[in-house]
Amino acid sequence: MENASGHFRQKVRWHPLEIAFWLCTLLPFVVTPAYLSLASQIAITALFALSLDLILGYAGIVSLGHAAFFGVGAYSAGLLAKHYWGEPLAGLILAAAAAGIVGYAMSHIVVRFRHLALIMLTLGLGLLLHEAANSASDLTGGADGLQGVKVGTLFGFRFDMFGRTAYAYSLAVLFVCFLACRRIIHSPFGLALRGIRENAVRMPAIGAPSLAHLRKAYTIAAVMAGIAGALLTHTTSTVSLETLSFGRSADVLVILILGGAGRLYGGIIGAIIYMVARDQFSGINPQYWYFWIGLLLVLVVMFLPNGILGGISALDKKSQ
Amino acid sequence: MLSSLATVLFDGFAYGMLLFLLSVGLSVTLGMMNFVNLAHCSFAAVGGYCTVTLMNSFGWPFLASLPMAFIAAALVSVVLERTLYRHLYRSSDLDQCLLTIGIVFVSVAAFAWFYTTEQQSARPPEWLRAPITVGDINFAGYRLFLIVFGLAVTALLVLLLERTRFGAQVRAAVDNQRMARGLGIDVDRAFMITFALGGGLAGLGGALAIEVVGLDPTFALAFLVYVLIVVAVGGLGSIGGSFAAAVVLGISDMAGKYYFPWLGAFLIYLVMVALLMWRPAGLFGKR
Amino acid sequence: MKKLLIAAALAAAFGTAHAQQTVRIGLVLSSSGQFADAGAQLDNGIKTYMKMHGDTVGGRKIELIRRDTGGIAPDVAKRLSQELVVRDKVDILAGYVLTPNAMAAADVSAEAKKFMVVMNAATSVIITKSPYMIRTSVVLPQVMETFGTWAATKGGLKQTYTMVTDYGPGHDSERAFQTGFKNAGGTIVGSVRFPVANPDFAAFVQRAKDIAPESIYIFIPGGAQPAALGKAFAERGIDKQKTKVLGSGEATAEAALKAMGDNALDIITAWHYDYKLDNKLNAAFVKEFNAMHGRNPDFFSIGGYDGMHAIYETLKKTQGNTDGEALIAAAKGLRWQSPRGPMSIDPETRDVVQTVYIRRVQKVGGELVNVPFDKVENVRDPDGERRKMK
Repeated sequence: MENASGHFRQKVRWHPLEIAFWLCTLLPFVVTPAYLSLASQIAITALFALSLDLILGYAGIVSLGHAAFFGVGAYSAGLLAKHYWGEPLAGLILAAAAAGIVGYAMSHIVVRFRHLALIMLTLGLGLLLHEAANSASDLTGGADGLQGVKVGTLFGFRFDMFGRTAYAYSLAVLFVCFLACRRIIHSPFGLALRGIRENAVRMPAIGAPSLAHLRKAYTIAAVMAGIAGALLTHTTSTVSLETLSFGRSADVLVILILGGAGRLYGGIIGAIIYMVARDQFSGINPQYWYFWIGLLLVLVVMFLPNGILGGISALDKKSQ
Repeated sequence: MLSSLATVLFDGFAYGMLLFLLSVGLSVTLGMMNFVNLAHCSFAAVGGYCTVTLMNSFGWPFLASLPMAFIAAALVSVVLERTLYRHLYRSSDLDQCLLTIGIVFVSVAAFAWFYTTEQQSARPPEWLRAPITVGDINFAGYRLFLIVFGLAVTALLVLLLERTRFGAQVRAAVDNQRMARGLGIDVDRAFMITFALGGGLAGLGGALAIEVVGLDPTFALAFLVYVLIVVAVGGLGSIGGSFAAAVVLGISDMAGKYYFPWLGAFLIYLVMVALLMWRPAGLFGKR
Repeated sequence: MKKLLIAAALAAAFGTAHAQQTVRIGLVLSSSGQFADAGAQLDNGIKTYMKMHGDTVGGRKIELIRRDTGGIAPDVAKRLSQELVVRDKVDILAGYVLTPNAMAAADVSAEAKKFMVVMNAATSVIITKSPYMIRTSVVLPQVMETFGTWAATKGGLKQTYTMVTDYGPGHDSERAFQTGFKNAGGTIVGSVRFPVANPDFAAFVQRAKDIAPESIYIFIPGGAQPAALGKAFAERGIDKQKTKVLGSGEATAEAALKAMGDNALDIITAWHYDYKLDNKLNAAFVKEFNAMHGRNPDFFSIGGYDGMHAIYETLKKTQGNTDGEALIAAAKGLRWQSPRGPMSIDPETRDVVQTVYIRRVQKVGGELVNVPFDKVENVRDPDGERRKMK
């Protein structure tokens, strides 16, 4: 009979496919060096989707305004680089802190609601932040974006147009955050989150303080999203209102659902598939690529319920 | 001073009627079957483009094209419901979101393909647009038409819901689907008809909206946020809720822009956030 | 002797092969999303030019590689520009409908030393972001400040109330128009900013009406909004004889005129291009455009058309040499006759210099047309000129 710690130890052990996957993420350096810029943007989106998974897939909070934290992180990093210090790692820390503070503040409102009200509240808060950033154009540059962002070198490496530094940086940060997520998911806290997702009413009865847990999860997710935003600023030397937009919130939600929520790798798989598909479709057919992406989404839902990873695990179960 | 208040209320109410027509279908279908149909505004666009085609390519008059806009959108929604949506009634909300977003993308591309990305216009006849002067206040004729039309549709819907057997079936299904099935009500059929009705109304809204906000392929995405706001604030499955929410939002948007223009778009979002925090299930929603 | 012949044949083969090498142009546009129509019209302008002038210049074939940014997405625009340079090995970067995208891509042009032709984005400061960039579209202050000056002088107006959309281009044009107007002796009696993507203008127009100014200046982006604003003016009963309505050319674009109907009459606008401009080059351009695309060109199209012309002319001058330094040197001071009238590239700022037309909406032959009744020639971007003096 397995005891609790045995259960955790088993989950925490690395599956060979996982190790293979992470080794494969190094391939673009060698096999497709012309696509490193795209690869770094995929890594950034994957981190963003992973942060959403933490609250959506594991804690059951559906958010249509997650880009708020992405944008806060992006602008924090951008403003730091523009006015004071171009060191990327300092920007990461500032972005994480700023996004965390905003996330913690918002979490007090957000965790008290469910269902449609929750979705619309996150949407509304995100839209308000976007409007505020547009109005504060003296600080943010408004619709033209933040100009004059001068990102320094990372350990002596420049962020050039070949994208090597960008991808190495994004990938490394993604991996570190992924490890942190993995730890959280498999900890008692993570288990409690899943319990709350399944049945929010019962959890306090077994001693798990629902709201406090949810706030903690929401804050951690905000921190990670902020880090992803900062990565975008550092790798592209641009920040625009788009990082706070509803479009970005909706995109990351679609990506997560596509990959499969609540499965740790769903956001990463979803990001890879969606962004590669979009890049390829848009290269072939710049005006109508929407059509093919839409078709892809419809087909995935019809044939792979619960996202790509969900569908694969269902097929896997069937074949056993 | 009073005249500007009157015009703000009037214009806001008219805008609210437009929002109501666009949103009521989604509110009822979401409340009835819990099916998240984010492609609802694509039906509106279908109605809009139908009107544009009939008026500009076939020379139909504006008013005659409106019923066709309703029928076209209703047909499209039934086809989608029978072929795709039906399979996902028991799926998770997230899967329903993904499917319907996919359909929106496909529809945007389809509209762009058939109609190009150009702005479309479909002008109602002169007499409908003529301003009506009361004292020194100018009331736009078309907005008056929107108000009258919106109220008429609301009355019809309420009659349908309260006085007909079909309406009783719908109300039962919204209140408690399992119970309704248990009582022998053909919930699937009721839902299909409701879905068609809701889609048709959206199509009508889309056609009427052209004169006020224009039409291009991205309409389906652009108005989705407003429609969701009306549905959430009004409460799922409630016609009265959608009506109240649409009017409140329409008027506060208009009043906000007139009295506090520096707030701009803030106001409608602030109002939504405040209302939802006060009443999370919506103004007329069930707890 | 035989060896010599073979050597000569090989040399000739290699020589012609080199001369037949294509010139690759990376075209970054917003072909989907909110700004899809702008991107489509710009591309249509390019296609029309290439149909009329062939696809070979200086013995080399022109190849276009198109990429879509999906709208305002500077990170995507930068990545696409990088990939075009690094992966597709383009010689020239072109297009750029939106300001944030152009700004981000400028870094790539500067780093890779690639000739860059901005065919639409209209914010003044863009041109400073890369020394290899020229612009063939329009610069907002170029038109708006000129318009402000004209309004207070030849226009005979003393007061104005400005209404602009609350975003970058709106702020720029507000500032430019007010500067021109005030410097020429006019007074600004008030101003208001609309939220972006605002669907309904009735409330704002009512506010304007309450102040009853001598003139109203408006700036809104194209799309559905100009028509909505025009209708709001009619609904609120703004009498254009008593209150002059001044606007940017986008407010009375073809689609807007169609949607506004007679509400548009007597609106005075300033702009650099209209498809009804009466000259031979424009007549030929519009005819070919109609035949190819089934609609009329607009200012996005002319930006694309003249952008391609600039590329063709500079390539002819450098005899097919696509080196960034060579092309930008050839582009500085370039002057030519365009369907929009005479235009040139300023040798110092590398920005577009052109004629600003002052037009009034009138009914001509039963159709609503922007009829030019005055013009200001050889207008430079005043902000660019101020930068020169610093």
